[in-house]
Amino acid sequence: MSAARRTDAMAINTDRREITPSLAGRAADSLHRFFDGDVYYSFRRSPVAMVAFAVTLVLFFVAIFAPWVAPHNTDDVTTLNLMNARFPPWGFTDPFGTEGVARFLLGTDDQGRDIFSAMMFGLQISLMVGFASVILAAVVGTSLGLISGYIGGRLDSVIMRIADIQLTFPAILIALLIDGTVAGLLPRAVAQDLKIYVLILAIAASQWVNFARTVRGSTLVEKNKEYVQAAKVIGVHPALIMIRHVLPNVTGPVLVIATLSLALAILTEATLSFLGVGVPVTHPSLGTLIRIGQQYIFSGEWWMTIFPSLALVVLVLAVNLLGDWLRDALNPKLR
Amino acid sequence: MLAFIVQRLFQAIIVMFVVGLISFSLFQYVGDPVNNMLGPEGTIEERERLRERLGLNDPVPVQFIHYVGNALQGEYGLSYRMGKPVDELIAERLPATIELVFVSALIALLVGVPMGVYTGLNRNSWLSRVFLTVSLVGISLPTFVIGILMILIFGVWLGWLPTFGRGGIVELGGWQTSLLTLKGWSHILMPAITLALFQLTLIMRLVRAEMLEVLRTDYIKFARARGLLNRAINYGHALKNTLVPVITIMGLQIGSLLAFSIITETVFAWPGMGLLFLQGIAFVDIPVMASYLVLMALFFVVINLIVDLLYYAVDPRLRSEHVGGAAH
Repeated sequence: MSAARRTDAMAINTDRREITPSLAGRAADSLHRFFDGDVYYSFRRSPVAMVAFAVTLVLFFVAIFAPWVAPHNTDDVTTLNLMNARFPPWGFTDPFGTEGVARFLLGTDDQGRDIFSAMMFGLQISLMVGFASVILAAVVGTSLGLISGYIGGRLDSVIMRIADIQLTFPAILIALLIDGTVAGLLPRAVAQDLKIYVLILAIAASQWVNFARTVRGSTLVEKNKEYVQAAKVIGVHPALIMIRHVLPNVTGPVLVIATLSLALAILTEATLSFLGVGVPVTHPSLGTLIRIGQQYIFSGEWWMTIFPSLALVVLVLAVNLLGDWLRDALNPKLR
Repeated sequence: MLAFIVQRLFQAIIVMFVVGLISFSLFQYVGDPVNNMLGPEGTIEERERLRERLGLNDPVPVQFIHYVGNALQGEYGLSYRMGKPVDELIAERLPATIELVFVSALIALLVGVPMGVYTGLNRNSWLSRVFLTVSLVGISLPTFVIGILMILIFGVWLGWLPTFGRGGIVELGGWQTSLLTLKGWSHILMPAITLALFQLTLIMRLVRAEMLEVLRTDYIKFARARGLLNRAINYGHALKNTLVPVITIMGLQIGSLLAFSIITETVFAWPGMGLLFLQGIAFVDIPVMASYLVLMALFFVVINLIVDLLYYAVDPRLRSEHVGGAAH
């Protein structure tokens, strides 16, 4: 590629930058486009999507503001009192004749933690781990998919072979294995501190394949379109073509997969925590709460498991429904 | 045909090689076997002797060849936690898991296929709607929540079914089965249903979608035009053609049944492989983890291979495509 061509390309780039309006203007513009667009229209037409969105929003809000909204700060061990342990929910009587009190709306667990508050903090951790792992998986998967699809050749077949092999194994097994291996590699104290990051890594590692495969597929299609050819001809660097030109055109499917992966990631985190290899007990996620409550189910103290389970199911269902709707809304064939 | 089989076999061998490499590097780099076996009291001479005896002083490739050789003979070393040979532990636990997976797959097929056919044929009946709604819930409920709910309802509140263990076990030529006694069946019922529920909904939705697809095709229209009985069309022509993907998916899902049995076994304290693996992870018992990995990989690879071949045998179109050596 000659130097003259490269300067041409740069000239064109700077030209474009001058034409584009300010950041605020651009944001307002895209906001306007969004509300006029198909996706918003389809959203307004789908009551299921609106309810799912509202539920998700409320749960996100509760999770983010848990330290201020929750009646008890269950993260602070000094506020726990064993005298408060195993209270039934308000309005219920447990098998031993203890009556619930209004102070603990949904009862308390074996440590005297208010279940309602613990659920809010648990939701926070579940969502945090879910988001972090999906973002990690999306970034890694999308990059590998772009490279795999755009560059092709031997690199492509190596990446896709790895993806094929990994797809043979269920996600939960991969996450368990990574978790176990890291626990073996690190000293125990360090492993405890890093537990949550290991968990994020494990879940992300089990999910990147979906992103990579989809992005690769879309990239193969986009690669042959005129705008990419044009960019190539004027000598834009391949990395720049991938990021600037191909990437924006494959974000639709990535968004859909990210939403569905979020539901899956939350479930995987809950499952791992339930199995006892997830987040540490000191900061319980929803899965950990279910695990703690499970042992008391045989004595009829159902509230410790049922309420966190309910929260988990509602969250996953809402995110799943949103993902399903998004998939349909972004699919032009169904419109 | 032969080229296809060879290609698939080659792929399977590569997968097993990679998994073997991973499991070997688990042994190699995670934890120190000498420390694990001798404890902190071992002298330097003792350590050196043990290292020599275990072959840890050999070059790494030689060690890998030894490892593969041992693995092929079913030798996976001693469990760090229990001090017993891993192959013995696995042999003890394997029947429990296999029976659980088998019964679950059976439930999923025997309930899922008829439900799928019904919802496919009667798209708008209220029962179909109920089935579909229930299946949506079934997909959104995590396995362990289903298990806990079942324990709470049928075990604790109603007291109908036992909530843990395998119950009546009968020895059958080295294979401990719980499928020969009524007590054993009462124990397996809840775990098996828990494990089956997700696959059941999957099969139902798949059969339904395939039925809807097939019923739209021309040959069904022609069959109707010829005046064939509805029953003959629905079951003889439509259902038969929907079962090809169902077989494939079911085959692949047996792998995920095996993986999800880890969760079910934990909830119901079912003494199977999954529970062994989980305890292995909790104690960083590398031999147990590594051999479970290899065994699972072997299961998956074999199942995938069988499914590929089955697909090939069932669908004549694939055969003609592969004659020219073209990829799909």
